[in-house]
Amino acid sequence: MKRGLAALLSGIVFSLGLCLSGMTHPSKVLGFLDFFGQWDPSLAFVMAGAVSVSAVAFRLSRRRAAPLFDDRFHLTRVDGKVDRRVFLGSAVFGVGWGLSGLCPGPAVTSLVTGRPAALVFVGAMIAGMLLVDVFERTAHGAVAEAGSDCS
Amino acid sequence: MTHGAAALIAPLLGGVLIGIAVAMLLLLDGHVAGISGIVAGLAGFRPGDVDWRLLFLAGLLGGGVVARVVSPTSFDGWTVSSLPLLALAGTLVGLGTRIAGGCTSGHGVCGVSRLSPRSIAATMTFMGVAAATVFCVRHGSTP
Repeated sequence: MKRGLAALLSGIVFSLGLCLSGMTHPSKVLGFLDFFGQWDPSLAFVMAGAVSVSAVAFRLSRRRAAPLFDDRFHLTRVDGKVDRRVFLGSAVFGVGWGLSGLCPGPAVTSLVTGRPAALVFVGAMIAGMLLVDVFERTAHGAVAEAGSDCS
Repeated sequence: MTHGAAALIAPLLGGVLIGIAVAMLLLLDGHVAGISGIVAGLAGFRPGDVDWRLLFLAGLLGGGVVARVVSPTSFDGWTVSSLPLLALAGTLVGLGTRIAGGCTSGHGVCGVSRLSPRSIAATMTFMGVAAATVFCVRHGSTP
């Protein structure tokens, strides 16, 4: 109950932040990404504000064994591998972001407009995510089968 | 239109709010506020890990409704309106964030603030490639 409420409130504050900052204006985002044109640096301040508060939170989390409403933190490793995957995936994401000015948070939040453009973008985004999951399950399945002889 | 320093206050405050949301989800629930991961976890129907994701996304939409009422211009500036182009872009964003394991929030805000080398590499890559894409679209010569 308390955990659910915290997630709900966090979502609300997150999207208010996105809307106030200008991240839900794709044209503004594209202006920020246009380093060699009429560059609009204002969105760098979104990153600065978010990262500075979030850095304090992660620092605090390191001093605690568990979050307030759960028995453990659900975090990925902070020393995750800098591999081909992270470069390839981020490059593909970058092309999509640069074409549209939309990244996942603002795109999902924009669904409230009911615009076909937002629905199409988010629908396609989820399809892309599922495609990776399906591909990986198939690949892992094949690996598991091949490896089952050894067990 | 606002000019000068005033134009930077809203982005900065918006960013601080995003940071507060990250802090809440982390310190109360123990989760990372990475939107692509939260959506993908739901889309993949992983059992037992659904509730907090659904509630976070419900909050995201709820906040969007509030923002729209308070400031009707919150969702202006959709200059890219071609549906096929948006479908292509959306697909690339979905594929890419899933392969890289994060987007602007998970890698760009959370990972960078933890000084994770993987997230810093991701953020530099997607910012660089997005800027290059905008450059090609806006300033590239059309043959």
